[in-house]
Amino acid sequence: MHMPAGTNDTLSLITAKALWMRRRAFQMVYMAQLGHPGGDFSAIDVLATLYFGVLRFDPARPDWPARDRFIMSKGHASGALYTALCAAGYFPESWLDSYMQPRSLLNGHPNRNYLPGVETNTGPLGHGFPVAVGVAIAGKLSGSDHRTFVLTGDGEQQEGSNWEAAMVAGHRKLSHLTLIIDRNRLQQGAGTEETSGLDPLDQKYAAFGWDVAFADGHDIAALHLALSAPPGDRPRCIIANTVKGKGVSFMENKANWHHGVPNADQFATAMKELI
Amino acid sequence: MAHATAKAGLFDCREAWASTIEALAAADERIVVVVNDSVGSSKLGGFQKAFPDRTINVGIAEQVMVGVGAGLANGGRIPFVSAASCFITGRALEQVKADVAYAGFNVKLVGQSSGVAYGELGATHHSIEDFAWLRPLTDIIVITPSDPWETAEAVKWAATHEGPVYLRLSRMPVPALEVPDRVFRVGKAEVMREGRDLAIIACGTTVHLAVAAAELLAQDGVAARVLNMATLNPLDEEALHAAAATGAIVTVEEASVRGGLGGAVAEFTASHRPIPVERMGFPGFMPTGSADWLFAEHGLSAPGIAAAAMRALARR
Ligand SMILES: Cc1ncc(C[n+]2csc(CCOP(=O)(O)OP(=O)(O)O)c2C)c(N)n1
Ligand SMILES: [Mg+2]
Repeated sequence: MHMPAGTNDTLSLITAKALWMRRRAFQMVYMAQLGHPGGDFSAIDVLATLYFGVLRFDPARPDWPARDRFIMSKGHASGALYTALCAAGYFPESWLDSYMQPRSLLNGHPNRNYLPGVETNTGPLGHGFPVAVGVAIAGKLSGSDHRTFVLTGDGEQQEGSNWEAAMVAGHRKLSHLTLIIDRNRLQQGAGTEETSGLDPLDQKYAAFGWDVAFADGHDIAALHLALSAPPGDRPRCIIANTVKGKGVSFMENKANWHHGVPNADQFATAMKELI
Repeated sequence: MAHATAKAGLFDCREAWASTIEALAAADERIVVVVNDSVGSSKLGGFQKAFPDRTINVGIAEQVMVGVGAGLANGGRIPFVSAASCFITGRALEQVKADVAYAGFNVKLVGQSSGVAYGELGATHHSIEDFAWLRPLTDIIVITPSDPWETAEAVKWAATHEGPVYLRLSRMPVPALEVPDRVFRVGKAEVMREGRDLAIIACGTTVHLAVAAAELLAQDGVAARVLNMATLNPLDEEALHAAAATGAIVTVEEASVRGGLGGAVAEFTASHRPIPVERMGFPGFMPTGSADWLFAEHGLSAPGIAAAAMRALARR
């Protein structure tokens, strides 16, 4: 069962926010000369869709018990998370300029004690998903209808903690939990399939008791449809087929842009392309 | 005795690690490396090209990585398991304890970019707790090289030693140290400078700072003995007896002030000769900032160490 497709207004709002996030995140990485732009850009369309088309939240009340939770398990893509939270109204835009500067609240990896809207600290891969399972269990215990979304990288799925979490969630039929896998097929140093292959991811999650769907991770309408579908009776895994570095020609599908940082020319080129 | 000095120029000790392990592997086919998607950050691109079959990349899976290392040792290989030190220790701590230390396998754990080298990436990526986690595992020899030469020597020594070793490597730029007639001796503190007023005991990236601090102190008429305590497990107790006899000690490490070198020295002096010990290092989780900024904030500099020396002397 699917909700009606997002209205044109919603979809164009998400598209506009995603463009702003890409430009702003790349500027942050350029200024800091640090960051993980490849993974920021593969995830930004997913985050924009969640924050501007799916999640129930109120930035004035970051601890509202009934809020939907989003957990950024791939914490290295903090440029994507911080621009999303900023665009969603959690903190002023000027804060983005402090990215990774001394005493900045925008640490290289997200810290919930620094910033409103950050649900848990991430950075070591394979931590966000187990925490999300706990959040979902808490929701079920208190009878809340809030939903929990967690985004992991695909390389991140090599961590065993994810499969332990998947087993618990499947066993407990955590219907209000959605795992999104940023399936850009690259990890830090190489392709996922040449490093320690993940396919067939869908069959693995299905075998663990999950509903599984694929979505084009850069097609806002498809993402919106997949992410806003109401909960079923089991946890849901959405494999978002993405492109690492999406939106900037010289970064797309290039492993070295995992934590590559742009020089002045590259920054200028990217700003021309991101319109 | 002539003093140790720092030569001009700065080095990333990972280069010494990489060229040494490649040379060792060419001579001994038992040597393999095990990594967690960390070929690049471990500078093992050349190794992988030369020995693709002996480069075992398990993906982003540190617990498996350390367990696989133990299994390779069981199979007669000499595994150098190389990953960011925060993950090879923190994430795989029980594997390190049970599969490597307790089982006693011939595994070399190579912690890369230790301490606060990852600066701005924050506490999850800092590895300042590793000393405290590994020190009670007395079956693991813990070595923290101070410069490229010592890094290469430590890697060579680890390859010939039968038993678990943790090499705590760094990518922080450090100078090459010039020490007359330098020999690498595991379990023995290296005297970088003689002095009777107090002892400064350092390891790894802070040794050159301790050497520079002693030069500053000498200008003020304070004669500091400087020790490079490259081996933390087992501790050189003879050197510590002599250091304690000066009456005051400063410890300096790119690690937590709890449970590491400073903790070890404080345990020793409390048991054998209670004297003032000033422990320099990091307090715990710290605000966002670069490695250089964190060093400066916590007095890990020649003047900062000299000031700690004066505090220790005042408490004597
Ligand atoms: C436990 C742990 N091991 C290693 C790392 C280093 N690391 C950071 S990002 C990354 C690659 C992640 O790849 P993937 O999950 O596919 O993320 P994406 O492609 O979306 O950037 C690695 C190995 C880490 N952060 N945590
Ligand atoms: Mg990936």
